Amino acid sequence: MLFKIEPRPDPSKKMKYLSPLIAVVMMLITGLIIFLILGKNPVSAFHAFFIEPVNDFYGLGELIIKASPLMLIGVGLTVGFRANIWNIGAEGQLAMGAVFAGGIAIYFSNSTSVFIIPFMFIAGAFGGMLWACIPAFLKTEFNANEILVSLMLNYVGILILSLLTHGYWKDPNGYGFPQSILFSESALLPILIEGTRLHAGIIISFLAIFIGWIFLLKSFIGFQLQVSGLAYNAASYAGFKYKKMVWFGLLAGGLAAGLAGVSEISGPIGQLLPSVSPGYGFAAIIVAFVGRLHPGGIFLSSLLVALLYLGGESVQMNLDLPSAVTGIFQGMLLFYLLAADFLINFRFKVKSKL
Amino acid sequence: MEQNKFFKFGLCILACVFIVTGFAFPVSSKEKASKEKLKVGFVYVSPIGDAGWTFQHDLGRIAVDKTFGDKVETKFVENVPEGAEAERVIRDLAKSGHDLIFTTSFGYMNPTLKVAKLFPDKKFEHSTGYKVAKNVGTYLCRFYEGRYLTGIIAGKMTKSNSLGYVAAFPIPEVIRGINAFTLGAKSVNPKIKVKVIWINSWFDPGKEREASEALIDQGVDVLTHHTDSTAPTITAEEKGVYAIAYHSDMSKYGPKAHLTATTHVWDKFYTQITDDVLNNKWKSKEIWGGIKDGMIELAPINTKAVPSDVVKMVQKTEKMIVDGSFHPFQGPIKNQKGKIIVKSGSHLTDKDLLGMNYYVEGILGNIPK
Repeated sequence: MLFKIEPRPDPSKKMKYLSPLIAVVMMLITGLIIFLILGKNPVSAFHAFFIEPVNDFYGLGELIIKASPLMLIGVGLTVGFRANIWNIGAEGQLAMGAVFAGGIAIYFSNSTSVFIIPFMFIAGAFGGMLWACIPAFLKTEFNANEILVSLMLNYVGILILSLLTHGYWKDPNGYGFPQSILFSESALLPILIEGTRLHAGIIISFLAIFIGWIFLLKSFIGFQLQVSGLAYNAASYAGFKYKKMVWFGLLAGGLAAGLAGVSEISGPIGQLLPSVSPGYGFAAIIVAFVGRLHPGGIFLSSLLVALLYLGGESVQMNLDLPSAVTGIFQGMLLFYLLAADFLINFRFKVKSKL
Repeated sequence: MEQNKFFKFGLCILACVFIVTGFAFPVSSKEKASKEKLKVGFVYVSPIGDAGWTFQHDLGRIAVDKTFGDKVETKFVENVPEGAEAERVIRDLAKSGHDLIFTTSFGYMNPTLKVAKLFPDKKFEHSTGYKVAKNVGTYLCRFYEGRYLTGIIAGKMTKSNSLGYVAAFPIPEVIRGINAFTLGAKSVNPKIKVKVIWINSWFDPGKEREASEALIDQGVDVLTHHTDSTAPTITAEEKGVYAIAYHSDMSKYGPKAHLTATTHVWDKFYTQITDDVLNNKWKSKEIWGGIKDGMIELAPINTKAVPSDVVKMVQKTEKMIVDGSFHPFQGPIKNQKGKIIVKSGSHLTDKDLLGMNYYVEGILGNIPK
């Protein structure tokens, strides 16, 4: 008996939206099995993983802080992803946003002006977009593959940040360690709720979800992007300008990543470090796809991915499990999502021999 | 129709999962440990693995567990990125009742201080940093003492007079090690040159291997490193040159190549600090311990390769460092241009050592700016 894979004649629409949910459920079931094999009480393991990190006000705040850059970048990348424009360079764009904004915080470290923060956000947005311009220009002018260009520019961006923190912007009183001075009060985002680390940067992320929703689902250019992604030929017959889409798609990602970089350094970090992001630019790609390239979905998936990070730390503390647990859960989530998506569009058919 | 069934099935499973996790509430409250034990938390920057910086710290943690048995409970969180993440982890440890918390990477300095402010009755010990507070102490070992001794072995064992050094970041801690190694080698072999490759990462087996291969291709026949993985030792073994490891004894990764290693030993320090906290004697201190304090040890020297007179020489210098009659940074020391920077009869102070940002004579190339 053999199996044949064939496309489903009529893939279910409902299932398309349900598949992330199926992936989450399958992830939890597999997690249950893993905890049982490891000899851990699965009830307390799940409690430690999914409830312990968020069972108080501070924990909830941490969840939102962790989710904030993911949702911001996720929405930004979605603009391009919907038109099949693949910006894999958000990590470098985030670093460049941090570089531009951090430069302002360092050079105006004696200023108490209230304009420092807005100025930093403008500079950070510029930095992120500047970094996204390069793949956009090379794509539209020379048809260079934007995946490769943006991916490689990650390393360049991160190394520029590293160069500055090791050299020109190193704290002169820091015993030569690679980090900048601590930012002055005027370059730090205000804390929204006392007793948490929730900073004003999360407002930008929430706004991005809202604006992204209007832009992607209600505006004409959002429609154009979607059509280009689904049917390139149809889009060009309709007279939609592809070059414009490329610029739009990449710059939106760069803008979001740059802003996320500013929020990180002037929010929870408070200075420039050689590394300002634990891979948000890459995790946001997962977030965008788990969220079905829809702002509402991205909001939920960023919270889920953030919870996986926090839960991973919590099971280390409570159950002596290794940190690899976080990676396993993330990998399972993506694996089951891809599998579910595949099975929505294709089916196995038993093929009798001859 | 079929879809509908599948949908319902999914919902059922989801409901089951929620019910199961719901049960978790009463269970976990029962699991809360009794209050009498002293809870000690450790924050690690990388996975523990089987050699390297974090591995050595974890040996220290295990020693604390063994020494105090039921009186102490230790926990660790590994692979915690420096920066915004660290603050949350340290805070979670403090919040969940850990009275003594060791944070074992430089980038945890500001997060540790921030959390310490919020939990004034908890004790914090931060490794490799320079900021202290009433409830935050710092600790570090004098790696350079071991480096000087391994330099003697390297200087004696090289035939090409070319020594290789795979280095992580151009910060004083790493530069100090390179200088001490060079001074040790030069003390027995004035002709040696040290070649350095910076890889800008503490742990990157791929880059460490590439850098090792590049150095060996340039004629280096004794290789050492200030990075975290076993890649340099493994590469040296494959290419038939000698290796001097760092952090841990890595002899099983290069039985022929491995001459010795400068190893960090935190067992005694962690046990002592835990004991101080148990007896309410703990005070914030800046500890910088070396061979004398049992914080630095040489791994067993590979006597199949190293002649016994060299071993004796190393042991003699080691004794002199312990009794204080010799300091690795003792004058005369020349800088790269041949100018004397430390006069004969004096040695560098701790403050000079902590801010060291220049190479001594015998090292090729410049420190990246």
